[in-house]
Amino acid sequence: MRTTLHKAACIIARALAGRRITHSVKQDFPLSLDKDQVQHIAVLARLKLDDDEFGETVEKLSRIVDFVDQLGQAATGDVVPMAHPLDASQRLRADQVTEVNDRDRVQQNAPSTDNGMYLVPKVIE
Amino acid sequence: MSRDLHAQTLTQLAAGLERGDFSSVELTEALLGRIKSHNQTLNAFVTVTGEQALAAAKRADEARASGNAGVLNGLPLVHKDIFCTRDVLTTCGSRMLENFVSPYDATVVERFAGAGAVVLGKTNMDEFAMGSSNETSYFGPVKNPWRLECSPGGSSGGSAAAVAARLAPAATGTDTGGSIRQPAALTGTVGLKPTYGRVSRYGMIAFASSLDQAGVITRCAEDAALLLGVMAGFDERDSTCLDHPVPDYAAGLSKSLKGLRVGIVRQHFDAGLDEQTGAAVREALSVLESQGAVLTEVDLPNLDLSVPTYYVVAPAECSSNLSRFDGVRFGRRAEDPEDLYDLYCRSRGEGFGAEVKRRIMTGTYVLSAGYYDAYYLKAQKVRALIADDFRRAFAGVDVIAGPTSPTPAFKLGDKTDDPITMYLNDIYTIGANLAGLPGISTPCGLVEGLPVGLHLVGPHFGEETILRCAHQYEQLSDWHQACPEDFR
Repeated sequence: MRTTLHKAACIIARALAGRRITHSVKQDFPLSLDKDQVQHIAVLARLKLDDDEFGETVEKLSRIVDFVDQLGQAATGDVVPMAHPLDASQRLRADQVTEVNDRDRVQQNAPSTDNGMYLVPKVIE
Repeated sequence: MSRDLHAQTLTQLAAGLERGDFSSVELTEALLGRIKSHNQTLNAFVTVTGEQALAAAKRADEARASGNAGVLNGLPLVHKDIFCTRDVLTTCGSRMLENFVSPYDATVVERFAGAGAVVLGKTNMDEFAMGSSNETSYFGPVKNPWRLECSPGGSSGGSAAAVAARLAPAATGTDTGGSIRQPAALTGTVGLKPTYGRVSRYGMIAFASSLDQAGVITRCAEDAALLLGVMAGFDERDSTCLDHPVPDYAAGLSKSLKGLRVGIVRQHFDAGLDEQTGAAVREALSVLESQGAVLTEVDLPNLDLSVPTYYVVAPAECSSNLSRFDGVRFGRRAEDPEDLYDLYCRSRGEGFGAEVKRRIMTGTYVLSAGYYDAYYLKAQKVRALIADDFRRAFAGVDVIAGPTSPTPAFKLGDKTDDPITMYLNDIYTIGANLAGLPGISTPCGLVEGLPVGLHLVGPHFGEETILRCAHQYEQLSDWHQACPEDFR
């Protein structure tokens, strides 16, 4: 039951990722990202930006993107991308329960719980 | 009782406690008193844990009386507020975690407590360790004890300011791109970032997991060696923590520098470096040379790409790591959400500050469909090139030395408008994070009354060498003893 609910939540979340909110931004010079792109990134990142911070975000993100664009000049040919600074591989462990159930303690930090469960807005009608 | 306990280093305090010159309770009271008088000026602490500290000090005094003193028995220190501390507020400098009381201890916290240390409080920091000036903290900027209108650097700015102002003899910090070493340089303290994987990241709130490493800020290399010995070592709760023997870091400090091969990177002294800072660093290098160290020029051809590489890799990892803040399980939750999507977006929008949002969005962008290869994959390749440059350099030298930061402390507000100017602060330190190398900054001069740092980078697990090099330098200089006038 809980797995189904989780799946449903994921599907809805993915569908919502596509929705757009319009903003008006005054642009005096060409920026490498436009407001639609930034709005799309904000949706993917699940961040609500206030109208007054939106324009600044477009400008500063564009500057960051311009700055990191210089990586494109690097000759990387057949270089293997780095996975770990010391070339270590992921350590595995036995699939055994080692933690105690600490639910009540952990949930003291939860904004809203009921009977050991986290409460969220209704996701299925 | 001596009135200048705050002026003593950790090692001196350890000897004093051992001799019975003073008790841990007396020492703790003295430092809590100093924190009370000065923190309002500096804003170095988010939380002062006075009651718990006094209780721990009392326990330490009892342990000593019964012959059960740990390595750090009764010694006070402070934790950067990025380390989860059981039953204590752990904010990470963010509104998101304004009310988060950790249900568990980070491994670093646990190990220091296990050795008998007394925690005085949790220090202010850039939000989620994203910043180089401590100005992104939700709790306001920390002031530099050397000049209050200046930044102490960041992100471990509160830790550095607390140590520099003699409010605590030592502090923990974390370093993802220079966040221990740069504030250490800007406050005249010693900052050590160990090899990636040397210290457990368990319970250290994650920013960029392949770069983050815990370390310490102290007043001398000897104290850093003492603390590293306690915090380093394997921990099964961090899957990237390395199972590598922990040496006695203090043991090798006294070895002379004769024959030590010190690499100098030409680009470190290029146009970007403040002239007087460069002169102070050159002077320090000549001190090393006078002790028998052999200076050689080394080349790091891809050094210029380290900052842009970092600003792809670190935001990418941060965007994944910070997705855990969903307004459901812990952290800020928006009022009256319309639906789950609205709950996520508004909780995160309200909980995170501007710089954190920018980094999350940069990371989301470089990982998104159509851009992944051009940015993220490319950056990981350049990262491999940078690591390779260091590998080649360390085939011929034992240490790479240079400036820690291009300028002394800058004024609060001076660099907040332009993220790129702020990012370039870390140009000399970021390489060590990308390559997973240990680095230390030790004070090497004052420029117009503000401290500058000498940066020493070693090969993987080269902590003993850089600690020894810093310690030997400190024997011949007194910059690390300089104290800001109002905090003597």
